Amino acid sequence: MKVHVRLFASYAEAAGRSEVVLELPDGSRVADALTALRTQVDASRLPPSPLVAVNRRYAKGELALADGDEVAFIPPVAGG
Amino acid sequence: MPRYLTDEPLDPARLLAEVASPGCGGTVLFLGTVRSSEEDGDIEGIDYSAYHEMAEAEIARIVDEARQRWAGARMAARHRLGWVSAGEASVAIAVACPHRADAYAASRFVIDEIKRSVPIWKRERLASGATRWVEPAHA
Repeated sequence: MKVHVRLFASYAEAAGRSEVVLELPDGSRVADALTALRTQVDASRLPPSPLVAVNRRYAKGELALADGDEVAFIPPVAGG
Repeated sequence: MPRYLTDEPLDPARLLAEVASPGCGGTVLFLGTVRSSEEDGDIEGIDYSAYHEMAEAEIARIVDEARQRWAGARMAARHRLGWVSAGEASVAIAVACPHRADAYAASRFVIDEIKRSVPIWKRERLASGATRWVEPAHA
C-alpha cells in the first residue's frame, strides 16, 4: 500500500523535501512508516517518537495504516 | 474557503462585529502579537507556516468544543500566516457571551488550546538577519 508522508517546518528543512510517498506492506503501522521514512530522507531532526497525524488527526505509533493515508510528522507546534 | 487562517493583516473590529449580539453582555477580544524584547534577541518578525488543512480542522474543533462548554458563546478566530512584523497581531479571538465570566473563560480556553495543538510553526528573524525555528518550551 502507498502512504503519503508530509513533512513540515524544521523536519522538511532537514529532509530537503515536504512530501514522500512510501510503499509499505499491508498492515503497517505509523511506527513502520517512520522507520521507512528514515531510510529515504535525512530524518535526523525527527525525535524517536515525533507528533504524528494520520488523515489530519493526531495518531499514535501503533495505529494501523491504510492505502492512501496521509501521514504527517509534526514538529513541536508554535501557533497562537 | 479558509475560515480561520489568513494571509492578510488581522481586523479585530471585523471579528468583534461578527460576534456582536443583543443577547451578549460581555465580549472579550484576545490578540496575540509578535513580541520583541532584548532577552529574546530583538526579533524583527516571524514567518508563520502551517499544515493548512489540519490547522483549519483543529481550530474548528476547538471553537466547537468551546461553544459546547459555554452555552450561548459567539466566537470568531483568525490566525495569520506568512510574515508578521514585531508588534503586529498574529492571532485574534473574539468571544461574546451573555455574561462576562464565560467570555473570559472561553477566550482563555481557545487560545490555550490553539497554542497546544494547532499545527502552526514560527520562524523568527532577528535584527542580525539570522533566522531560527521557535521550539516552545512551554504551552
